[in-house]
Amino acid sequence: MTLTLSSACALHPQVALRPEPFGALAYHYGNRRLVFLKHPDVVRVVRELGDHPSIAHTLRACGIATERDASFLQALNQLTKSEILRVC
Amino acid sequence: MSASQLVTQLKRGLDAPICLTWELTYACNLQCVHCLSSSGQRDDRELTTEQAFAVLDELRDLQVFYINIGGGEPMIRRDFFDIIEYSIANDIGVKFSTNGAFIDEKNAQRLAAMDYLDIQISLDGVDAITNDPVRGVGSYDIARRAMDNLKAANFGPFKISVVVTRHNVDQLDEFKALADSYGAQLRITRLRPSGRGVDSWNDLHPTNEQQVQIYNWLLAHGENVLTGDSFFHLNAIGEALPGLNMCGAGRVVCLIDPIGDVYACPFVLHDQFKAGNVHDAGGFTSVWRDSELFTSLREPESAGACASCGNYDSCQGGCMAAKFFTGLPLDGPDPECVIGHGEALLAERQASPVSITPKPSKDHSKPARSALSVVS
Amino acid sequence: MSPVAVATAETASQETLETASEVLVLEELLVEEISIDGMCGVY
Ligand SMILES: C[S@@+](CC[C@H](N)C(=O)[O-])C[C@H]1O[C@@H](n2cnc3c(N)ncnc32)[C@H](O)[C@@H]1O
Ligand code: SF4
Ligand code: SF4
Repeated sequence: MTLTLSSACALHPQVALRPEPFGALAYHYGNRRLVFLKHPDVVRVVRELGDHPSIAHTLRACGIATERDASFLQALNQLTKSEILRVC
Repeated sequence: MSASQLVTQLKRGLDAPICLTWELTYACNLQCVHCLSSSGQRDDRELTTEQAFAVLDELRDLQVFYINIGGGEPMIRRDFFDIIEYSIANDIGVKFSTNGAFIDEKNAQRLAAMDYLDIQISLDGVDAITNDPVRGVGSYDIARRAMDNLKAANFGPFKISVVVTRHNVDQLDEFKALADSYGAQLRITRLRPSGRGVDSWNDLHPTNEQQVQIYNWLLAHGENVLTGDSFFHLNAIGEALPGLNMCGAGRVVCLIDPIGDVYACPFVLHDQFKAGNVHDAGGFTSVWRDSELFTSLREPESAGACASCGNYDSCQGGCMAAKFFTGLPLDGPDPECVIGHGEALLAERQASPVSITPKPSKDHSKPARSALSVVS
Repeated sequence: MSPVAVATAETASQETLETASEVLVLEELLVEEISIDGMCGVY
């Protein structure tokens, strides 16, 4: 399935985030996938997803400009495919 | 090609390695002629169980997600299971490489019961005639028995690790079929002239023609075969092979040897590439973050003699270890440069009256190196 | 990494690139997956 702005999702419980100067590394212990989160903003969003009712709420709460919504959606969709995120 | 922006970032280094190789012991039941760590006998200074746990504590704090355990034969250590269990309990996933000698039925079951564990069995020929001259008499049967035991214990998809040589390069399809028959994953890697490989590389490394053969085979089998990004020097042939296409040494990977010395990568066990020791003040963390060697490896490299060749962007000048142990300058072509620039330089070196190829700094080979011969 | 949005052709297909220029969105490549087993310097 494809996420939309109104979808809700959260970090997968088997995923660990490691901060790095450019953002963070996300590692899934189950499927051994390693994903680079290449901007501090995407790290903040990913950490907070589980605390908000939808992706849109999270993006606004993190102060992400709406022009960037499409990029964030694309990124979150990719993270869902890698199971870094799970759909709620 | 993979994202250049990410690669630029990775070349500048990270706060902690992505994956690190840790050799638990120099002791080994085998004496492979190409062994990169010149293993055989245990070193008295090897880390104790407590010291090993302390290293793992540090790696946990650094959030190193995954370590690659090797040696020597890591399963020879009496505390092998204690160490890997401690690691996994601390959220550090483990992959270990083994020649298989100690994977009997009982150990296979014990291993199969563990989570976050990958196993890599080494095999350098699809039959004993090809494998045993490199890895030792009986080593083919040992490896196959280990694979049988893992399969019987339902371990799941283990890895079969093949170092590609002049003698097994024609067997790549058969290796793949063998891996498939076990439900295993095939991993083929490049032979480096490291350790005892300094002496056997000349006879074992693939010919120029065979390199093209490897390249074509990898293009055809792409994503289904693991390579550890080890064949990026072949990218000068044409379309890039899947992978990061970069030297990881001191940037995203490193090696901890059995006595705690930290090197840039497993293939450069030489003082020149030693960054420090886990016992140093500040521990592994300081070595990784602040050592002079690692800092310099993260600076932009110069193409040197490769600058005039149009292929530098695709092959990156090849492997530092391969150049170093064949006596070639580090800022120039790889000895296996597919354009032939390395070969020319090597011929010059070999014609020179003084031998200038560096020897590995440690040698733990067993004293009686009898019956070691390389097929030719 | 630059905080400014960058257009990347690496994952974007021709199609998405065209859409991008029409709708004027900021296109950033925010995540990228690599293989944990795919780094040179590991045996
Ligand atoms: C050094 S061994 C240590 C672990 C264990 N004893 C084993 O053989 O798997 C790890 C891996 O490195 C490979 N290897 C040894 N010498 C090499 C060399 N000169 N170049 C590339 N790989 C090498 C081995 O075949 C093995 O797959
Ligand atoms: S490569 Fe061979 S000699 Fe070296 S550690 Fe592995 S089994 Fe032992
Ligand atoms: S020195 Fe060679 S083997 Fe080691 S990481 Fe660099 S390219 Fe790979």
